[in-house]
Amino acid sequence: MTARTAAPMIELKSVTHAYATKAGPLPVLDALSLQIPENTFCAVVGPSGCGKSTLTRLVSGLMKPNDGEVWLHSQRVTSPRPTVGMAFQNPVLLEWRTILDNVLLPMEIVRSPMSRAEARARALQLLELVGLSGFEHKRPSELSGGMRQRASLCRSIIHKPDVLILDEPFGALDAFTREDLWCTMHDLRAAEPFTCLLITHDLRESVFLADQVIVLSGRPAHAQYVMEVDFGPGKRDLEQLYTPQAAAMLATLRHQIQVAQGRAPADEGAA
Amino acid sequence: MTDTVRKIVAPLVFIIGILAAWEFAVWWHQLPDYRMASPSDLVPRYIRFWDLFLWKSWETLWRTVVGLGLAVVVGTLIGMVMGFSRFAREGLYPILVGFNAIPKATVVPIVALMFVGDHDFNTILIAFMISFFPIAVSVSIGLSTLEPEYRDILRSLGASNFTIFWKIALPKTLPEFFGALKVAVTLAFIGTNLMEIVSPHGRGLGDLFDSGRISADYPLMFAVLFAMAALGIMLFYVVVFLERIFAGWAERAPG
Repeated sequence: MTARTAAPMIELKSVTHAYATKAGPLPVLDALSLQIPENTFCAVVGPSGCGKSTLTRLVSGLMKPNDGEVWLHSQRVTSPRPTVGMAFQNPVLLEWRTILDNVLLPMEIVRSPMSRAEARARALQLLELVGLSGFEHKRPSELSGGMRQRASLCRSIIHKPDVLILDEPFGALDAFTREDLWCTMHDLRAAEPFTCLLITHDLRESVFLADQVIVLSGRPAHAQYVMEVDFGPGKRDLEQLYTPQAAAMLATLRHQIQVAQGRAPADEGAA
Repeated sequence: MTDTVRKIVAPLVFIIGILAAWEFAVWWHQLPDYRMASPSDLVPRYIRFWDLFLWKSWETLWRTVVGLGLAVVVGTLIGMVMGFSRFAREGLYPILVGFNAIPKATVVPIVALMFVGDHDFNTILIAFMISFFPIAVSVSIGLSTLEPEYRDILRSLGASNFTIFWKIALPKTLPEFFGALKVAVTLAFIGTNLMEIVSPHGRGLGDLFDSGRISADYPLMFAVLFAMAALGIMLFYVVVFLERIFAGWAERAPG
C-alpha cells in the first residue's frame, strides 16, 4: 500500500449548500468539514434526507457549493474531473451494450495512457475479480441485480480513478448479495488501492468496509461524529462483525444516528 | 410447428379464411358486383391493369417514403428541442397538439389548391404533416425522461453534452422512436392516399381508386384497397426490420 501523505485526498472546508425551493432556500449542508486521507475508505452515514447524496455531487464536481471549498488531491474542485469514479444505487448500465462494453464506457470519455487492448485486458481482469467471468458478452438484462452492481463497480474503477464515490451502491440488494459485495469491495481495494467515499444507510456496512465512519447531523448537516474503525491488520472477515468490539462500535453509531434524528440527547453516553 | 413456419402459416390461414368467408357472403346474398365485389372479381382486374398497378404503387410508395423521411428528420429535431429545453417543450406542446387535432382531410384540399399542379410536392407535404407528430412526441419524451444517473455517469467524467446525447440519450430513445415510427408509417401512407384521391388528375394508387370510382368499376376500387394494404404491410415490416437491427436489445428474450 502507498504511504499516507500529509495532505488529505478529499477535503471539505466548511461547505454550506442550500437548494432553491418554492418555499424558499432549503439548507442541506451547514459548514461541513471533513478530511479523507489517501487510500483510506470513508463511510458517511446519517438520517434520511440529511444531504448525503448532495455530498457526493459536490465531491464529484457535478455541483458547486454555495459556500466553502471542496479539494481533491490538493486541487480545488470546480467541475467534474476524470480522476473520479462513481457508482450509484441504480447500476445504470446501458442496455444496448454488452457487460464488457459497459465496463469500458469511461475509457471512451477520459484520456488515458492505457491502449485499447490494455483497457480491454484490464476490464476482463476486473470482471474476473468480481466473479463475472463468462458474462462479458451478455447484456445487462440477462444479469441479476447483484451482478449488474458488480459490473457497475468495475466500470467505476476501470480508468484507475484516485477517488471512488459510492452512493448507496448496495442499498437495493438482498442481504446475502450485499455481504458478498462487501467482500468484493475488500478484494478490489487489496488489488489496487484507492480513496473511497461511501454513502450508506447500513451501519454494519459502514463498520465492515470503512477505516473512518462519519455521522452527519440532521439537515442542514455537519459532521456530528467521526469514528475510526480498526480491526487490526489483515483482511477483514464478516465474522468480525459479530465480535464485542464491532457490537460496541455499532451501538455508538446507532446512538449517534438517534442524536442526529433528534431522538436522543447529545450528552447521553453510548449504551 | 417451428416458430418460422408458424409465422408464415398463421397469417396465410387467416387471410384465406377471411377471403373465403367474404366470397361466400357475396355469393349467399347474390350481390351484384356494382354493390359488393367479391375476391374472385378482383383477379381479372389485377390481370388487366397489372402494369398500372405496379406503376401507381411505385408512385404512392416513393412519395410516402420521402414524406416519412422528412417526418423523421423534422420530428426528431422538434423532439430534440422539446426534450432538452423545458421552455421549448412547454411552448410547443399545445401548438403541436392543436396541429395534430386538425383532421388532415380538411387540410388536403387547402394544400391541393395552394400548390396546384405540384402533385409530388403536395402529396409529400401531407404525408409529412400527418406523420411527424408521434415521432416528435416520442423523441421528446424519451429524452426528457432520461434518468439523471445516466447523465451523471458520463458527466462526472467530464463528458460534453454532445457526448452524453450521442452515447446515451440517443440510443436510449431508439425503442420509443421505432414505436412511433410504426404508427407514423401507416399515417404517412394515409396522408399520401388522401391527397392522391382528392387532387385532380392525381397520381398513385389514390388516382387509380378515383378512376375506379368515376367509371363505377367497383371491383377495381376493391383491388386498389388490397394493393394499398399490401404496400402498408410491406412498409410496416421494413420498419420492424430496422427496429430489430438498431433497437433489438430492447426486445425481451423469449421465456
